[in-house]
Amino acid sequence: MHLPLSDMYNQPDERNRLDHMRQGVIGKPLDRPEGPLKVSGTATYAAEWRIAGCVDGVLVLASIAQGQVSAIHRDDVLAREGVLAVIADPAMTRRSAQGMAAKAPQQDAARVEYFGQPVALVVAQTFEQARDAALALRIDYTDASDPAPFDPHGSGVKVEAPSDSKPVEGGDLDQAMETAAFSIDVEYETPGHASAAMEPHATIAQWQGDNLVLHGSYQMLAYNVKEIADCLGIAADKVRIIAPYVGGGFGSKLGITHEAVSAAIAARELGRPVRVVMTRQQVFQTVMRRSETRQRVRLAADPAGRLIGLGHEALVSNLPGEKFAEPVTQATEFLYGGENRLLKVEVARISRLTAGSVRAPGEAVGMQVLEAAMDELAEKIGIDPIDLRKRNLPATVPVEGTPYSSRMLTQALEEGVKAFGWSARQTRPCQTREGEWWIGMGMASAARVNMMVPAQARVTLRADGSALVETDQTDIGTGTYAILGQIAGEMLGLPIAQVTVTLGDTAFPAGAGSGGSFGAISTGSAVMRACEAIRETLAKRLGCDETDLALKDGSASGPGGESRGLPDLLDGHDLVETGSIKPGKTAKEFSQASYGAFFAEVAVHAFTGEVRVRRMTGAFGFGRVLNAKTARSQCLGGMVWGIGSALTEELAFDTRDGHLVNHDLAEYHVPVHADVPAIEVILLEERDAAASPLQAKGVGELGICGAAGAIANAVYNACGVRVRSFPLTLDKIIPALPDPFASAV
Amino acid sequence: MATNLATAQLTAPDSTANVNGTQHALPTDPRRTLLDWLRDDLGLTGTKKGCDHGQCGACTVLVDGRRINACLSLAALHGGDTIETIEGIGTPDVLAPLQRAFVTHDGFQCGYCTPGQICSAKALMEELAQGWPSAVSADVAAHPTPTPDELRERMSGNLCRCGAYANIIAALEDVIAAEDVA
Repeated sequence: MHLPLSDMYNQPDERNRLDHMRQGVIGKPLDRPEGPLKVSGTATYAAEWRIAGCVDGVLVLASIAQGQVSAIHRDDVLAREGVLAVIADPAMTRRSAQGMAAKAPQQDAARVEYFGQPVALVVAQTFEQARDAALALRIDYTDASDPAPFDPHGSGVKVEAPSDSKPVEGGDLDQAMETAAFSIDVEYETPGHASAAMEPHATIAQWQGDNLVLHGSYQMLAYNVKEIADCLGIAADKVRIIAPYVGGGFGSKLGITHEAVSAAIAARELGRPVRVVMTRQQVFQTVMRRSETRQRVRLAADPAGRLIGLGHEALVSNLPGEKFAEPVTQATEFLYGGENRLLKVEVARISRLTAGSVRAPGEAVGMQVLEAAMDELAEKIGIDPIDLRKRNLPATVPVEGTPYSSRMLTQALEEGVKAFGWSARQTRPCQTREGEWWIGMGMASAARVNMMVPAQARVTLRADGSALVETDQTDIGTGTYAILGQIAGEMLGLPIAQVTVTLGDTAFPAGAGSGGSFGAISTGSAVMRACEAIRETLAKRLGCDETDLALKDGSASGPGGESRGLPDLLDGHDLVETGSIKPGKTAKEFSQASYGAFFAEVAVHAFTGEVRVRRMTGAFGFGRVLNAKTARSQCLGGMVWGIGSALTEELAFDTRDGHLVNHDLAEYHVPVHADVPAIEVILLEERDAAASPLQAKGVGELGICGAAGAIANAVYNACGVRVRSFPLTLDKIIPALPDPFASAV
Repeated sequence: MATNLATAQLTAPDSTANVNGTQHALPTDPRRTLLDWLRDDLGLTGTKKGCDHGQCGACTVLVDGRRINACLSLAALHGGDTIETIEGIGTPDVLAPLQRAFVTHDGFQCGYCTPGQICSAKALMEELAQGWPSAVSADVAAHPTPTPDELRERMSGNLCRCGAYANIIAALEDVIAAEDVA
């Protein structure tokens, strides 16, 4: 049989090659190969490369919200010891590039669009000298003549339809609401979120003649190269980015941002390497935020609890002209039935830093609200929330009629119910009290769209029988090093120690990049295809069909029992193949998504309203599990984000000037150890040929998509307080708490 | 106790510190933090800068056996001190039990907070052994039991945005059980 060598993934690859290989490493919970480097502090992150002659730059942020830089008093600081330059170049960026932009974001930093926008860079011999000079730099501004408002919900705000998505409309939602046996019409709010990756954005820029080398911290190098080149007006092939280790991204490092561009400009001007590391406060203020949302959810059900109508409308915000609009209703489009529907997102144009992708854009905030609203509907109908979900899984995607490639939601619900002990849940709130704490349980569905993006990877089967995988794909903590090695090891029949994976260098073929949970399936498929091509050659040399070729532990054998060692077959020469894949018809012909279910038990303090998550269970189906250890960690991490989104995380903007008030980790509260209980993760067996030749789907974001809803529903079940404004801080719970002296209500 | 000021003034302050067993001259710029000195002057970049404000714990190192945030301390204050960083705890080829347990339990993802978590965990084990109570100890006078809640409380100064917390606690529990710390 001939291989489908077209780059485009037009037909589901039903051959399911990985299940017919012999090595037995795919899916296994293997340790991360780079683990020993990370735990010993010897993995090198962006700011840590030792480059001779490198000097430090510190960004200067605008102290006004909107206007124009009219003067920069350079001379004052240039006279200071060690200060080398004050850079204020028109090529400097004032917004961050969105994910997969592949072109320059808004430049000309002298035009201030939001409070805290970078306007200059001070470079000095040492970090301390640069920091002090940056703090001392005086800048004059003129005010904007036509300022944008600061509050997305204030008067006079311009509200627009997103430029790249349309509302989903079907039937007559208003009429469905009127005729429904049960209905709810509720408004929820979610605040802005920060990615808050632990490694602040950092770049060391170094010119070698006309060529620019960046050691940076980015998620999608092939796109980032084009973005930085466009900013500087040079050809993309003159830029090389090296990023083997990235200290988390969560969307904030998808696109190029200020420190990279300003470092490159400064290095060119000074003729020496320049390092720019953003401060934590600068990362918060200038890189990227998830938009706050205001969401109206309308659910209309018939007497049997089947949805006949579904409305999900959201107002989000962004800077004027910025294309990205948090795709709040993305999973609502396919998750539940209800032919009468209206799903719509609108964008308020305001002056706050760029809104863009933060882990699971769309679902992270859309699902938690939809799932909280579903809980409200289940209560109104008087049925178990699990049953409500099960009754509303459509045969095809409502309105558009697309078939599902695979959907493990029912299995996830059922496995989760068993593992969590859902049957112990009290139907009505305020039924369980332990001392001063109300105890409750809640659940939510999980759903996240599955995407493939173009990816390439090179695989070398070396003459000695070991393998090398090379791609510019990044590992931002996701487990790329582990899974690409496992795919190659499985396909080529090699023990995992015989496979080396090198990542994060644009000198290698362009992988997918890390974002949208697409890195593993896209770049993994490219690795698989490169291995298939190598197998073709090996099969020819052994004299058998590729499909009959059995590779295991470095030996090749055919159907007739003939067997040869790989070094023997390779005869002193390497075999090198580059695999490639691009999204094709399968992306359009199937609704592809990863699914799951969350279960949470919480305690709510009867007097203070404090919420503690006591335990969580998540069951997830996302196609083939490539590495059970790293996949589980992705799910765990997502659920931790769910805890933050439910209880603590909230960007607070001053609506008088758009100033981000809580711009650091002391004031923006990500969950800490003490907030995170024992979490159980169940990985369901699934194969999804439409999603990828690997039969795998994305998992990097699934664990957050709905998790906060399960916690909010558990809070209601515990104490009877339904908070429709995330996060569920105690000030919102206390006013509605029942009499704490009553043992049960 | 009376201090002989005249004698004290004759003794030059120690301008060196011992880092992972090697004596190093402290920096001359008084603004340089212990963190920047370790990372930029000594090249010990295993100690991470996550916030530079004592909010994240990524820069945790051991100074005379106690864990501190290296970003909150000026290098010049550490004359005569003995400092241990992640590089002193173990190497990729010879991992310490804590480091090995982090790998086995996948107690990290991106790896950026990891050295701080491990340094913090090492000091935590010593604090437990010495009987230090915490905010969640039921009886502050009793010798603490390393329950998961105790470990979570004592590790809460070390943020992990990837959310590896459950795996980090599992790693600690393994090592504590093996070494019979408490």
